[in-house]
Amino acid sequence: MGRIGTILLGTGLLGLGLMAGCSDSWNDPYPGSDTSASVLYSAFSERPKHLDPARSYSSNEVEFTGQIYEPPLQYHFLKRPYTLIPLTAETVPKPRYVDASGNALPDDAPSAAIAESVYEIRIRPGIRYQPHPAFARDATGRYRYHALTAADAAKKTRIQDFEHSGTRELVAADYVYQIKRLANPRLSSPIFGLMAEHIVGLKALGAALEKAAQSRPGAALNLDDFVLEGAQVVDRYTYRIRVKGKYPQFIYWLAMPFFAPIPWEADAFYAQPGLAEGNLTIDWQPVGTGPYYLAENDPNRRMVLKRNPYYHGETYPVEGSDEDRQAGLLADAGKRLPLVDEAVFSLEKETIPYWSKFLQGYYDSSGISSDSFDQAVKFSAGGDPQLTDSMRAKGIGLVTTVAASLWYVGFNMLDPVVGGLGEDRRKLRQALSIAFDYDEFISIFLNGRGIPAQGPIPPGLFGYVEGVAGLNPYVYEARDGKIARRPIEAARRLLAEAGYPNGRNAKTGEPLVLYFDTMASGPDAKSRLDWMKKQLDKLNVQLVVRGTDYNRFQDKIRKGNAQLFEWGWNADYPDPENFFFLLYGPHKKVGSGGENAANYDNPEFDRLFERMKDMDNGPARQQVIDAMLDVVRRDAPWIFAYHPKAFGLRHGWVHNVKPNLMANNTLKYRRIDAAAREARRAEWNRPVLWPLFLLAAALAAVIAPALIAWRRHERKTA
Amino acid sequence: MFAYILRRLLYAIPILIGVNLLTFALFFVVNTPDDMARLQLGVKHVTPEAIERWKTEHGYDKPLLLNVEATGSAQFTDTIFFQHSAAMFVFEFGKSDDGRDIGNEIRTRMGPSLAIALPVFAIGLLANITFALLMVFFRATYLDLWGVVLCVVLMSISSLFYIIAGQYFIAKLWNLLPISGFAGGIDGLRFVLLPVLVSVMAGIGSGARWYRTIFLEEIGKDYVRTARAKGLSEIRVLFRHVLKNGMIPILTGAVVVLPLLFMGSLITESFFGIPGLGSYTIDAIQAQDFAVVRAMVFLGSFLYIVGLILTDISYSWADPRVRLQ
Repeated sequence: MGRIGTILLGTGLLGLGLMAGCSDSWNDPYPGSDTSASVLYSAFSERPKHLDPARSYSSNEVEFTGQIYEPPLQYHFLKRPYTLIPLTAETVPKPRYVDASGNALPDDAPSAAIAESVYEIRIRPGIRYQPHPAFARDATGRYRYHALTAADAAKKTRIQDFEHSGTRELVAADYVYQIKRLANPRLSSPIFGLMAEHIVGLKALGAALEKAAQSRPGAALNLDDFVLEGAQVVDRYTYRIRVKGKYPQFIYWLAMPFFAPIPWEADAFYAQPGLAEGNLTIDWQPVGTGPYYLAENDPNRRMVLKRNPYYHGETYPVEGSDEDRQAGLLADAGKRLPLVDEAVFSLEKETIPYWSKFLQGYYDSSGISSDSFDQAVKFSAGGDPQLTDSMRAKGIGLVTTVAASLWYVGFNMLDPVVGGLGEDRRKLRQALSIAFDYDEFISIFLNGRGIPAQGPIPPGLFGYVEGVAGLNPYVYEARDGKIARRPIEAARRLLAEAGYPNGRNAKTGEPLVLYFDTMASGPDAKSRLDWMKKQLDKLNVQLVVRGTDYNRFQDKIRKGNAQLFEWGWNADYPDPENFFFLLYGPHKKVGSGGENAANYDNPEFDRLFERMKDMDNGPARQQVIDAMLDVVRRDAPWIFAYHPKAFGLRHGWVHNVKPNLMANNTLKYRRIDAAAREARRAEWNRPVLWPLFLLAAALAAVIAPALIAWRRHERKTA
Repeated sequence: MFAYILRRLLYAIPILIGVNLLTFALFFVVNTPDDMARLQLGVKHVTPEAIERWKTEHGYDKPLLLNVEATGSAQFTDTIFFQHSAAMFVFEFGKSDDGRDIGNEIRTRMGPSLAIALPVFAIGLLANITFALLMVFFRATYLDLWGVVLCVVLMSISSLFYIIAGQYFIAKLWNLLPISGFAGGIDGLRFVLLPVLVSVMAGIGSGARWYRTIFLEEIGKDYVRTARAKGLSEIRVLFRHVLKNGMIPILTGAVVVLPLLFMGSLITESFFGIPGLGSYTIDAIQAQDFAVVRAMVFLGSFLYIVGLILTDISYSWADPRVRLQ
């Protein structure tokens, strides 16, 4: 027993010594890291599926691609409303319009006369790619790694396994090459279908590539062998994109990674047999010109971005509002970017460890889950969110912003009960819009993290009108200068006028039963679904919830088999067109497979939409938007539920945080005070040793009588 | 014995085909290739043409099980089932629906899964047997009674509670270990301690109680009385004779799970951020990635069959009277 005890004690001491030797904090999840380095620590909950800019679209993917790839344009970090500025381009391009004969048209030419919009983009010379073996050349100038044997390739499992790397200057051809890649059937780009409608010749290129892919299965497609009419190189630093008709929103797409450059060398390098087996693909190991490159890619554990040594040296913005200046957001004005050398993203699937590590100082920022909301946030008497005392004591800051998103309950406009544009159906939908009290929903289920929607346009986008002037008069009214939901009596009145007095069909006397299709299930969803039923109980209308899985739900929506359903939309770009197009008749889900899930089809609205989408922001456009809002509020194809409000927390050592819902490349602006972080981590994470001693004492208390009993027993038997 | 093992491995082939067919049928009852395409392409701006292109590119544009338009053997081979299943029998798992090499993923993730599963298995087995033998040693005393009560209490608590409590007290409140994460080499020690401790604690109640039952059955047998009559100490009786004779039921439970240790644990890996095969499987199910689900079910079935063969072999090692024919 003595020997075993010695071994156990020795093992325990060794373990403790190992932990203590690695760091002052035993619970430090970054052993061996330089705590004084300018490193940002963050987390991701789901591993990205694609890092190829032609394929990645999800926010968890763009979080990485946005820092690595550089499209020609970007959003200004501080300016509001959101403003496009050049990134690699010299200027923000202005489209040149031409008619069907190729003659130039004036800027104010009517949309119908415009056959094509031509965007000519000139990029800045001297921009270079990150170091990568695809660019490495030998003394004779030949690429070192473009003719790997299968045996050579099989030995490589990481990019770091290649001894040499190189770089080269960014040229206009790289942008054209990437636009061609959008049509490559092997990449299945999510925006190919949309862009094929707009970019001249992209659809034809897609068809040609598909034919080539089928005739040469498995062989790499050389995109340089194919011509794309609508994207051509003008000179080394200039390229031209031709867009069908007038499509002013195209400029916003030029700020997304889909239009970032890809060097042909990268495609040629990764196409070599054997590399894909080691997961060395461009979808996994990006090659960009951005401020960071992906230095470590283990998405099962962590992903590390490091400063690109060849970065072209953009500087921190010098323009901002007075509020920005007061918030210290201009303290780094004019400094070279990026301000952080490295960003470590750890996989954290569960919210509890994420939250705990944030409180321990091991993550620099965090969202707030429902579980930890009360611990972090309280509301003042005026309803403003404030940090709790414990958060303030830790120097944590609260950042809130209304997302450029909308949640709504859609009515299937093809449904015989709730659909159609007849006056009675309209009144039925308006009555239901009043009954669903989303102000209450936000308070109960979102901890106040949302604002009731007055229409499809979220705050921050052109067309949104603040305050009483922007209320939805069919659901809300102004009371004492504030927006208040209409009383339930108004809904009952409308319901009666719709032919359902007290919730019963006036002709047959049968109760009105509505069906709500949802993907939500389980105990968490039950309370929300019960709440929905309760809302219609107020009108004596029955709501039957039809829960289903994601696939069946999508199928029902596609086939128009749902009656009421919940849906949402996140803005792709800051233009009201990106929300109104969800209600445009020709985009109906049923029949055309578009994004209009409610199958709303009002010719008046469609006419206004066609005018509005091509207009420049200004009073004339606002007038058309107001008219469109009036139509959709009256027709009520959706119950405009809410715009979610994002709450985020950051530690005091994190600087230059301003929510920018459109930009995805904001990591380069962050600054970290590593010394302050190191001090707070050490203070917050001192190991508490008394439980170990208590455990040892408890074990001794249990073992000692057992030992005595055993000895007594042994002596007795002896 | 070689002939026996060979025969068992041959029996495994139809079992694996059956498992594969069942997985295929269950998966495609819930998901269609269109659903898979939509999930991969995202929910925005996805056109029917894009879905068709994705299906063609990933080989999901063929009939599921029978191609009536083909002739001869192509009726069976030119189908999604055959094209996506045949290569697995030589352990070629192909690519996941998002384009990653599954074999590479399995090789990479096996290590972290084993880093948790092996110590949990070894320490857990040791702790369970020791605790069970101690209860048997003190049978019919207050120590045995309270030991059983403790076991019942421990086994009545959800494993999730152990995880959350362990993370809260040990990692968050007392700052003794990292709350989650993983690292290779010696740095990995600090990350595996907590999940191992929690998993051993979570399993000790049911394990020790089960082994206690086995040992109590053995302790009343004649050979134990004979051993005592020879004057052997109680410790020697328990650890030399009772433990050895109680090995068969222990081996039944323990050896069969040995190969399955590679597959990892779904909940533990998820909560502790362990990049193992357990989390790989659960992620694939959520992402409707048929290629990965099929590969993991196939691998799990194969390893289970290997486990059963190893159990049979261990019987003959533990009890010389058992002969494998």
